[in-house]
Amino acid sequence: MVIVNALGLVSVALALVLAPLLQGVIHRTKAFFAGRQGAPVWQPYYDLARLLGKGAVYSRTTTWIFVAGPVVGLASLLVALTLMPLGGASAFLAFPGDLVLMLYLLGLLRFVTVLAALDTGSSFEGMGASREVTFAALAEPPVFLALAILARKTGALSLSGIMSGISPTLWVTAGPMLALLATALFFVFLAENARIPVDDPNTHLELTMIHEVMVLDHSGPDFAMILYGASLKLWLLGSLVVGLVLPAGLPWFLAWPAAVGGLLLLAVLTGVVESTMARLRLHKVPQFLVGALIMTLLALVLGAR
Amino acid sequence: MNHGFLIAAVIFFPLLGGLVGRMAGFHAGLARLLAATGAVLGGLAGALLSGDILWHGSRTVVTWPWFGTGYTLTLAVDPLSAFFLLPVSILTAMAAIYGAQYLGFHHHTGPAGVGAAGAASGVAGRGMVDPANVGLFASLLQTGMVLVLLAHDGLGFLFSWEVMSMAAFFLIALDDANAENRSAAWTYLLATHIGSAFLVLFFLFLGQRAGGLTFAELARATLSERAQALLFLAALVGFGAKAGFMPLHVWLPDAHPAAPSHLSAVMSGVMIKTGIYGLLRALTVLGAPPVWWGWALVVIGVVSGIMGMVFALAERDVKRLLAYSSVENIGIIAIGLGLGLCGRATAQPAMAVAGFAGSLLHVLNHAMFKGLLFLGAGTLAVTTGTRELDRLGGLFRRMPATAGACLAGVVAIGGLPPLNGFLSEFLIYVAAFQGLLGGQGFAWLPSCLAIGGLALIGGLAAACFAKVYGIAFLGEPRTQGAAEAAPPPALMSFAMITLAMLCGGLAVVVPVAVPGLAPVLSVLVPIDGQTLLLELLRGGALLRGVLGVAILLVLLVGFLAAVRRRLLAGREIGQTPTWDCGYAAPTPRMSYTGSSFTQPLNDLFEPLRAGTVDRPALSGLFPAPGRLATHPADSFVGRLYTPLFTGVETLCQRLRWVQAGRLQVYVLYIAVTLLVLLGWNLW
Repeated sequence: MVIVNALGLVSVALALVLAPLLQGVIHRTKAFFAGRQGAPVWQPYYDLARLLGKGAVYSRTTTWIFVAGPVVGLASLLVALTLMPLGGASAFLAFPGDLVLMLYLLGLLRFVTVLAALDTGSSFEGMGASREVTFAALAEPPVFLALAILARKTGALSLSGIMSGISPTLWVTAGPMLALLATALFFVFLAENARIPVDDPNTHLELTMIHEVMVLDHSGPDFAMILYGASLKLWLLGSLVVGLVLPAGLPWFLAWPAAVGGLLLLAVLTGVVESTMARLRLHKVPQFLVGALIMTLLALVLGAR
Repeated sequence: MNHGFLIAAVIFFPLLGGLVGRMAGFHAGLARLLAATGAVLGGLAGALLSGDILWHGSRTVVTWPWFGTGYTLTLAVDPLSAFFLLPVSILTAMAAIYGAQYLGFHHHTGPAGVGAAGAASGVAGRGMVDPANVGLFASLLQTGMVLVLLAHDGLGFLFSWEVMSMAAFFLIALDDANAENRSAAWTYLLATHIGSAFLVLFFLFLGQRAGGLTFAELARATLSERAQALLFLAALVGFGAKAGFMPLHVWLPDAHPAAPSHLSAVMSGVMIKTGIYGLLRALTVLGAPPVWWGWALVVIGVVSGIMGMVFALAERDVKRLLAYSSVENIGIIAIGLGLGLCGRATAQPAMAVAGFAGSLLHVLNHAMFKGLLFLGAGTLAVTTGTRELDRLGGLFRRMPATAGACLAGVVAIGGLPPLNGFLSEFLIYVAAFQGLLGGQGFAWLPSCLAIGGLALIGGLAAACFAKVYGIAFLGEPRTQGAAEAAPPPALMSFAMITLAMLCGGLAVVVPVAVPGLAPVLSVLVPIDGQTLLLELLRGGALLRGVLGVAILLVLLVGFLAAVRRRLLAGREIGQTPTWDCGYAAPTPRMSYTGSSFTQPLNDLFEPLRAGTVDRPALSGLFPAPGRLATHPADSFVGRLYTPLFTGVETLCQRLRWVQAGRLQVYVLYIAVTLLVLLGWNLW
């Protein structure tokens, strides 16, 4: 039942090495649109290295929950990566229902991040945590339903099975449905990764932040783990969108470069979205996420045949 | 093991403990000790009995003639009752251990001990409750639940059902100096008897068709399609009222918080599950289910789950919040049952087995973590003097053992890996996903509804329990009561830590033990034993996959923690106040409260709730100080039950002229009755 595919470790390794690059590409794209030179695409790596070399400062209010937050969060992302296929190759671990486990591991990441934020007793971090759980709860149904529709269409119940079942033929027979699902998943990808139009990672005002404000008090290696985790999450959910768009069945020497290329393109697209539109007002965000849900429901109707 | 002895022990030990404890009521400590000992011995016997039956997949029948009546009481333990007996035994024993010291708090802290703040916020028990009575009714509740599970004929079942329900009524009404508790008890009494009325109908109608009342006879009844449908609906209402299916849940959030916390744990953790047990038992005697039964349960489950969470999110009273979360978890169990029934009706064994197995496991898991959290809530209430979340805070430092145990509880109830709550939800998801693949026509739609519903429920539950834990245990204490709270005494901590360890232990045991559910499931999914076992083995393999990933997670956490420690070794570690954006004089009153934490979600679901807000009128450039108060409310009460019962009352008022209150009129009634009877007899 549980399939272990050693080749899937290559996907995990690619993610571990290349994930921060996506952030760099997004920044570079935004700099291009703003007419700036911008930081080098490797800047996220320098940031991580610098943070890992530092000491840390802790609030007197916090307990070990605050320390455990980044550790457990990064660990759950690493485990989730072992379940995520890339470029048509099966994931390291694959079994029917693994998609539920993958999404619930992201839930665990969110839960510990929120607890760590509340552990500081700061009203700003409480505010961010409150928004995070609200939007996350609304983002769950579209993702689960999208994966359910794909499972029904491909006849597979594991992420790897679903991804390898999205063939060019399926795009021909059910193109509109897949396009709707890809758009819905892209919406969720933006929301879950704290990107514009849901959250602005570069904002300087604590009152308007969501994800950034939850981690205000973390520093040094703890903060490095959080930033690295954010890159991995971008990569993980990006793989979901790219896997949907990229037809399966390419030979391996094409599939992996194509997948990585797809992820980099997705990063460019994210940069374009961030450069060309403003952040939504907070009470509009639920409408954005319900919009994603409606798209999956439309896809459900289209795929009902 | 001699089953007859164990059955006697599981019934009579608690009863004996309760009765002798009541007689020793002159000495509070002795009374508590006796009652707790009886409950623990009964629980131990129950666990042994349940384990033995489940291990061998056997059944035991005991008949006790009811002298002089010609009625023979049939008690039987089959795998289905044994499965439900397990959580009942474990949780009642743990609650009794906890209660032995918890009731001491009640006894010693009089009204003055709790203080004005506590009295205002409604701490259960203000010195009015006699611990000897608590012990007596708790033992009756335990015996009643055990008898419900063991009864094997309609009459015995209804009798046990009443014993259990009435014992719970007295526990809810214990602290009857409080008007809210009295009202909660009456609501409960009404709800439970409406349920019982449907159950009486169910058993009498079915018994009349079957020509006998034992479950074996009932199962042989031949039923038309319509009779089968009516019986199912009667069972759904009768058992659903006990389980807390929406909209029959309204008694639950009032009643469970009113009882002493360790008995709230028993009620929310296992008593409401007897409703699920009854429904399953009814399904075993009603013949092959049509597919709409499955649809109905999935819809009920999704509604209960989502609405339960919507109401829970708005609550500030920890115990009411937990009670609403029980409605939510019953919803998850109902979704599993519904998927199981759909799978059975559409001949998809994989879906049926995963659905029923997931829902049974959720019964067990929920008993552990909900019991744990209610004990935790009780600890918060007696150590800080309030159950109001927004008055707590920072308790992690004050009571690390309680905080650690409750952390396991919130992770488990949030359905998050790696604890046990995830495993049962995972199996229910698997059932739903299996249902997507097969089936004719629209047979896959319940699966979609279940998946979407479970996803939203999961997201909301995580939000809700992040709030409970973050606001109560983390941050800074918001009141003096929270700042000065002392850790609970040893037995209370012991009970909570044991339940927390069971949450972790079940996460390891369940994946291995799932094939052992075969004898339990064989009565629910009548397929051949080979297929059943095969499907269970498949489910077990998936759960072992999850377990493997969970172990990987734990190892990685250890590894990353070691890396972090190594990196920080020898470096400078600073201590500061929390970053507050430069504000110079922060106070705990500025930190986020539970109400503010869930405000976005509450606003979002406002149309579904019926909460009210008293806003201060602000006018002018420098408005005077004002107070804002929010009152969470259950929209089913305001929009459904209040109008309904007001209407019934108005109708009854119209008939009041019958009761004129004059003797002559009553004599006239008697005369008319006699005349009519005479005429009828002659004719």
